[in-house]
Amino acid sequence: MTPAATDRALMELNGLTKAYPGVVANSDVSFNLKAGEVHALLGENGAGKSTLVKTIYGLVKPDSGTMTLDGAPFAPAEPRAARAAGIAMVFQHFSLFEALDVAENVALGMENPPPLRDLAQRIKEVSETYGLPLDPSRIVGDLSAGERQRVEIIRCLLQYPKVLIMDEPTSVLTPQEVDILFDTLRKLRDEGTAILYISHKLEEIRALCDDATVLRLGKVVGTCDPRDTSARAMAEMMVGGTLHVPERDSAAAGDVLMKINGLSVSSPTEFGSALKDITLDIRGGVVLGIGGVAGNGQDELLGALSGEIRAPKGQIFHGADDIGHLPPDARRGLGICAAPEERMGHAAAPDMSLTENAALTGRKRKALTKNGFLNWRKTRDFAEEIIERFDVRTPGAGNAARSLSGGNLQKFVIGREILQDPQILIVNQPTWGVDASAAAAIRQALLDLAAKGAAVIVISQDLDELMEISDEFAALNEGRLTKPRPARGLTVDEIGLMLGGAHDMEVAHVG
Amino acid sequence: MIALEKRPQPSQMWSLASPLVAVALTMLAGAGLFAALGQDPLEALVKIFWEPLFGEFAFYYRPQLLIKGAPLVLIAIGLSLGFRAGIWNIGAEGQYIIGALSGAAVALALYPSEARWLVFPLMVIAGALGGCAWAMIPGLLKVKFKTNEILVSLMLVYVAEQLLASMALGAMRNPEGQGFPGSRNMAQMEAATSWINQSAGMHWGVVAAFISVIFAYVLLAKHVLGFQIKLAGQAPRAAAFSGTNPARLILFCLGTSGALAGMAGMFEISGPSGIVSIDFNVGYGFTAIIVAFLGRLHPIGILLAAGLMALTYIGGDVAQSSLGLPGAAIQVFQGMLLFFLLAVDVLTNYRVRFGQRSAA
Ligand SMILES: Nc1ncnc2c1ncn2[C@@H]1O[C@H](COP(=O)(O)OP(=O)(O)OP(=O)(O)O)[C@@H](O)[C@H]1O
Ligand SMILES: [Mg+2]
Repeated sequence: MTPAATDRALMELNGLTKAYPGVVANSDVSFNLKAGEVHALLGENGAGKSTLVKTIYGLVKPDSGTMTLDGAPFAPAEPRAARAAGIAMVFQHFSLFEALDVAENVALGMENPPPLRDLAQRIKEVSETYGLPLDPSRIVGDLSAGERQRVEIIRCLLQYPKVLIMDEPTSVLTPQEVDILFDTLRKLRDEGTAILYISHKLEEIRALCDDATVLRLGKVVGTCDPRDTSARAMAEMMVGGTLHVPERDSAAAGDVLMKINGLSVSSPTEFGSALKDITLDIRGGVVLGIGGVAGNGQDELLGALSGEIRAPKGQIFHGADDIGHLPPDARRGLGICAAPEERMGHAAAPDMSLTENAALTGRKRKALTKNGFLNWRKTRDFAEEIIERFDVRTPGAGNAARSLSGGNLQKFVIGREILQDPQILIVNQPTWGVDASAAAAIRQALLDLAAKGAAVIVISQDLDELMEISDEFAALNEGRLTKPRPARGLTVDEIGLMLGGAHDMEVAHVG
Repeated sequence: MIALEKRPQPSQMWSLASPLVAVALTMLAGAGLFAALGQDPLEALVKIFWEPLFGEFAFYYRPQLLIKGAPLVLIAIGLSLGFRAGIWNIGAEGQYIIGALSGAAVALALYPSEARWLVFPLMVIAGALGGCAWAMIPGLLKVKFKTNEILVSLMLVYVAEQLLASMALGAMRNPEGQGFPGSRNMAQMEAATSWINQSAGMHWGVVAAFISVIFAYVLLAKHVLGFQIKLAGQAPRAAAFSGTNPARLILFCLGTSGALAGMAGMFEISGPSGIVSIDFNVGYGFTAIIVAFLGRLHPIGILLAAGLMALTYIGGDVAQSSLGLPGAAIQVFQGMLLFFLLAVDVLTNYRVRFGQRSAA
C-alpha cells in the first residue's frame, strides 16, 4: 500500500447490473475503490469494463444495484452530476468536437470554464507540468489520435478529481509518454486521488496498479495484486483458459510486390505531417513494423498506400505499374488492403450495420457486387464469417457498428481486411484496445498472412508488438522513414536512435 | 425529470411511427387553431382531409391529387438522394422552371409539327437536360471552387424566374395572342401535350413520378451508388476510405435531382399549366423539400408524404372557399406538419426517460 492509501473505501459498488438487448454487459458487479490507490479493471473485449465505468460517470443507468461515494448514496443522473461529485473520465473513444480547438474542447467539458485566454494558460501549465505537450489553440480535427488522447487527459486533470477513470488511456501513447503519464498518475495517487484504470496492457498494469478486479462476461471473476501476479496469469484469469502466444516459422523474403520511390505528399489536414521522400521495397512474406510517435505521418502513409491520398507520378509502383493515381477501390482490386487507426468513422461507419460495414471495403475482392448491384445476402455471409473467425462479440451482423465494444469493433475491422486475402496489407495500430488473447489472435492472423506470402506492414506505437511480429523494423519521424533493418537483434538503444534521429542516424549504421 | 437518452441504434419502430404521430399531432394542434379562429374544428378537418377524397365533389378533387402530387414526388425523390449524402440542393424550383422552358422551347420551335413520336420525347429529354444543366452550375462550382451549393442553387431560382418572365413576355409569347403575355397552349397540341387522360388527372408526369420512386428505391437499397450516398452522408471519412469519389457523388446527386425537377416542370407546362406564363411556378420546388423530409428521405415515404401534402393543398382550398378559412391558416397548418415531424423525429435516435433521479 502506498502511504496515502487508507482502508476506507472512497467508492463502493454494490451489485451493479446492466443488460443490453442480447447481452448482459454487467452482472452483479461489486467492489470497492479506495482513496489513494490505482485500481485496475481487467477483462476481455466486451467483458463490460466500459459499461461499468460509464455507469459510475452517469452515462449508463444500471438496471439494478447501488453505488456510494464518501459513504453517501451516489446515483448520478448524468455526467454533469458525476463531475460535480468529483469524478472525471478519459474515454476510450474520444468525445471531442473536431471543429473546435483544444481550449474550447476543454472548456466544454468543464462546469464553470474560465475565460478562454486564462484557460489556454492553464492548459499550457498543466500540460507542461505533466509532460503532455499540447498547443491549446490547435484545431482538434487536425490532431493525431495520441494528441487527442492528451486533450482528454488534460481536461480531466484540470478538474482535480476525487476519482479519475481512465478507459484505455495509453493505447495510443508512446512508451516515453506512458512513463510520463504514470508519473503523473502516481503523483495524483499520492495526493489521495482514487484512479480506476482500464487497460489491456498487462505489463503497464503491473507497473502502475495497486489492486485489480477482473471481469469476465460482465461478472467479477476475481481480484489480484498486480504487483505480484504475472501478466500471463492475469490474462488467463481474464479468459478463463490458457493463453496462446503468436508464433511463426520465419519465411524467406519473397519478391518485391510494391515499390515506393521517393514518396512525398502533403497532408490533407492542416496539422498533419507531410511525407518526405519515402523509399521502400515492400516484399512478400515479410512483416515490416513501422514505429514512431503518432502524428509523424502514420495516417498519411497509410492513406498514400491505400489510395485515399493520391501520389504524384513515379512514386508508387505495383510490379511495374505506376499506381499512385489509383483510388482505394482499384488498389483493393490489385490486392492492397488497409485498416486505418480510427475505427469509428474512418475504418467503419458507426451508424451502419456490420453487414453494411462489411461492404465498405469488401465489395471488390469478395465480389459482393454484380453490375453495380450489391448482393446483400453474400455481404451478410461475409460479415458473419468475420464475426465468427475473429470472435467478434455481438448479437449479430445486423447490429450497428457503434454498439460494439471498442476491441470487438477493432477485431471486425482487421478481420474484414485479412479475410479479403490481401497481397499487401497495411494496418495502423491493429491491436489498439484489443484484449491480450484477441491481440494475440490478430497478430497470429497477420503472421499467417505473411506466411502465405503476403506483405504485411504494421504501423504501431507499441514497440513490444512490433518486436514480437516484425521481420524488419523502420521508424517514421516527421514524415521521414528510416531504412528498414532486420528486427531480430535490434537493441533498445538502436531502436531509440531510429525513433529519435530517424534519417540522420542512417549514416552511422551503414556498413 | 425528463431526459433524453441516445439509443444504441436508431429505432426502426419510431422511424416508421414518427410521421404518423406527427400527422396526428398536427391534426390536434390544427383543430385548436381552427377553433381559435371561430370555426368548428371537426368540420374544418373533415373539409381538409375527407371532402377531397370522399366528399360530394370527390370526382373533381381526386384527379387534382395526381396533378399536385406528381411534381412533388418527382422533385422530392431527386432531392432526397442529395440530402442523404449531405448535398443540399435548395434550388429545385429554378431547375423546375428551366426544365419547363427547355421543354417548351422544343415544343414551340417544332410547332406546328404533328409528329408526336418525335416532339414529345424530345421535350422530355430537353426538360431533363435543362434542369440537369441548371443544377450542374452549383455542382461544378462546388467541385471546382468549393462554393456553397445551398446559396448558389437558391440564387439561381431567382435568375430562373427572371428568365421565365422574359420568355413569357418575349421570345415565347404567342404570336397570335393579341398581345397578351404567355405562350401558345401546349396542352392542346397533339404532338406536345403530356396529358394521357385529362379528366382523370393522368399525365406522363404521374407515370414518371411512379417510375422515379421505383428507381430511387432500387438505387438506395441495392446499388453501390446508393450505398455510397448513404455512407457519404453518415461518415464522410469512411466514405473516402471506402473509395467514394466525392466530386462524382456531388455531380450525380445534383444532376439527378436537377433532371427530375426539370422533367417535372416540363410535364407541368405541357399539361396542367399548358402555357409559359409569368406565374407558371407555384413553389413545388420548395414544398418538395418538406415532402422529402416528411417522407424520411425514403422513396415510399416520399410517395405517401406527397399525397398527404397534395391533400392539404386541395383540402385547404376547399376549406378556404366553403368555410372562409384564411389562406394563412392553411399555411400555418402545413408548417405545423413539418414542425411536429422534426420534433417527433428525435425519438428515432433518442428515448425519453422519466424520473431519472429516483432510479439507482
Ligand atoms: N449501447 C450499447 N448497446 C448494445 N450493446 C452494448 C452497448 N454498449 C455495450 N454493449 C455491449 O455490452 C458488452 C460490454 O461492452 P463494453 O463496452 O462494456 O466492453 P469492454 O469491456 O469495455 O470491452 P473493450 O475492451 O473491447 O472496450 C458488449 O457485448 C457490447 O457489445
Ligand atoms: Mg471498452
